[in-house]
Amino acid sequence: MKLFNITNTKTNSSSNKNGGSSLGNDKVKWLSLPYIVWMIGFIILPLLVIIYYGLTSGNKLKNLFTLGNIRLILDPTNFKALRLSLELSLISTLICLLLAYPLAMILSRSRMKSNNFIVMIIILPMWMNFLLRTIAWQNILERTGIINTVLNFLKLPTLNIINTPLAIVLGMVYNFLPFMVLPIYNVLIKIDKDVVAAARDLGANSIQTFLKIILPLSIPGVISGITMVFVPSLTTFVISTILGGSKIILIGNVIEQHFRVGNWHAGSGLSIVLMFFILVSMAILSKYDKEGEGGSLW
Amino acid sequence: MTDNKLINLINISKSYGDNVVLDELNLYIRENEFLTLLGPSGCGKTTTLRIIGGFENPDKGQVIFEGKDITKLPPNERQLNTVFQKYALFTHMTIAENIAFGLKIKKKSKDYINDKIKYALKLVNLDGFENRMPDSLSGGQQQRIAIARAIVNEPKVLLLDEPLGALDLKLRQDMQYELIRLKNELGITFIYVTHDQEEALTMSDTVVVMNQGYIQQIGSPEDIYNEPQNAFVADFIGESNILPSIMIEDKLVNILGTSFACVDTGFGRNKPVDVVIRPEDIDLVKPEDGIIKGVVTSLLFKGVHYEMEVNANGHDWLVHSTDLVPVGNEVGIWVDPYDIQIMNKPESEDEEAVELDI
Ligand SMILES: Nc1ncnc2c1ncn2[C@@H]1O[C@H](COP(=O)(O)OP(=O)(O)O)[C@@H](O)[C@H]1O
Ligand SMILES: [Mg+2]
Repeated sequence: MKLFNITNTKTNSSSNKNGGSSLGNDKVKWLSLPYIVWMIGFIILPLLVIIYYGLTSGNKLKNLFTLGNIRLILDPTNFKALRLSLELSLISTLICLLLAYPLAMILSRSRMKSNNFIVMIIILPMWMNFLLRTIAWQNILERTGIINTVLNFLKLPTLNIINTPLAIVLGMVYNFLPFMVLPIYNVLIKIDKDVVAAARDLGANSIQTFLKIILPLSIPGVISGITMVFVPSLTTFVISTILGGSKIILIGNVIEQHFRVGNWHAGSGLSIVLMFFILVSMAILSKYDKEGEGGSLW
Repeated sequence: MTDNKLINLINISKSYGDNVVLDELNLYIRENEFLTLLGPSGCGKTTTLRIIGGFENPDKGQVIFEGKDITKLPPNERQLNTVFQKYALFTHMTIAENIAFGLKIKKKSKDYINDKIKYALKLVNLDGFENRMPDSLSGGQQQRIAIARAIVNEPKVLLLDEPLGALDLKLRQDMQYELIRLKNELGITFIYVTHDQEEALTMSDTVVVMNQGYIQQIGSPEDIYNEPQNAFVADFIGESNILPSIMIEDKLVNILGTSFACVDTGFGRNKPVDVVIRPEDIDLVKPEDGIIKGVVTSLLFKGVHYEMEVNANGHDWLVHSTDLVPVGNEVGIWVDPYDIQIMNKPESEDEEAVELDI
């Protein structure tokens, strides 16, 4: 969805700059061609395939339109998985937001030269393989893992975190936190220092300045951060597989199972349901994102 | 304007790292004065203003406001308001909300706020703009809103940091008159920052010329223009001929080898000085009538006058005249004694800063 917006605005603004000369317009169209091809090949086509599979039955004799795959979500186990996914990803997103905002605030305030360095440290884990990071957490949280070894050594009661929802939330927060920090940091550093100074000048104390100026102006970054944490959290199956064992099934696991055993129709049907939830949440969020700034990160 | 010192800056020093921006600056601002800080970019004007506004703490020195030391007071507790260079409007609020910001913080009543918004918009000639968003306004309009937003709080002092810097020439001139009108209507003190000498001379009661963190001269626009105290001020304010000379005795100065009568006294005998002669104060006469002879080497038509360069005694004299003398003609140069402004050569560190920029 967002990708479409971006291409549209880009083409519009550059063609405006060219004063509408036919040469300029042609050039712009030509330049965006690879982008359009890429989008059709890697986004539109797969999407159409999923919709096709999701809305048809696998029965070779009557390969007809059906809502059966969609209706699979009403199956109690699937529904439970979806609800748990929604709950855990909402909790993770909230925790990420609460951690990331102050962090981004501190980062944006510090005038230090080491600023880039700190941002690097936040991005650095993102360069490591996602699987490796999650497996590392598995090792840390395991019954005989690092935490419990230390607790044992100190003669303290051991913790049972692995294979609980807590472990999954932890994995989500750890993996997706940078995606919340960076967009918020990006909007915060773009806020004109004089605008903040103006609020102070007009009598606002630092708390009023934060609530009335900084927070509202940073909403686009918050929205984009929420999207970038909520969507991968909602769809993940890797984190729940590694940190949840076989005990905790998220909707991502259910879909993955269907695809793994070759049941493309059921997998696609449930994917459509999931996509519906993502689209709804995006729609709700974009209501608050008047500026459309959040889109810049997609 | 009264003689009451409303704001007094005492020995203000400020450095960023190794960069000494202000060094022992002393300045007072009188009640109801239109005072302008004038100087080239980077000379510390904004820093001075930010220290008065409370956005920056001086390393040393005091800011006194109505007799009270406010050096450590945060900006929201100072009785002054600022108009920022790039307007700094709140882009997520309507014009009315922008203007109401300070009043809502002070918990004024709804009726009071609405009246104030109307009054302020009328004052800046933007009636009916209440529900517009800042982004939909032109630069000049945003500037007026920034002013309206500041003045509804009834500050005793309005600080303005190059408020017209981003506007085009015509609009800038219109706004200069508007600002003067506004100041007279409000009857408050303006501290104004600009690097545009014309703007400073047009609008101010008092001009403070700054360079590299030092005050070079404080005076009325006429003083600053007619009697610059050093070569920097002379060079920065308008065009001028700055000529290394020797003060032979009282009322007699040797400029580039020729003696000129002047009106200055008290410089001593045979003392090296700098002489400033404004280009419009040089009269071109018949070669035999002049104090010195020269040849016109260039000629430009500037609308109101011709700008000529006359080579005499090995120096190119800049001359503004309404009479045309073609290039290559020999002319005489005549300067009335009272048009010769004598200045001491820089001695102290304060004035040394001057030399670097010329
Ligand atoms: N926050 C800051 N950090 C470091 N240096 C600064 C800062 N603000 C201003 N300066 C430096 O102080 C000097 C004076 O700046 P300023 O007061 O803005 O000059 P002006 O307004 O006269 O152009 C400049 O050399 C500028 O680089
Ligand atoms: Mg400045």
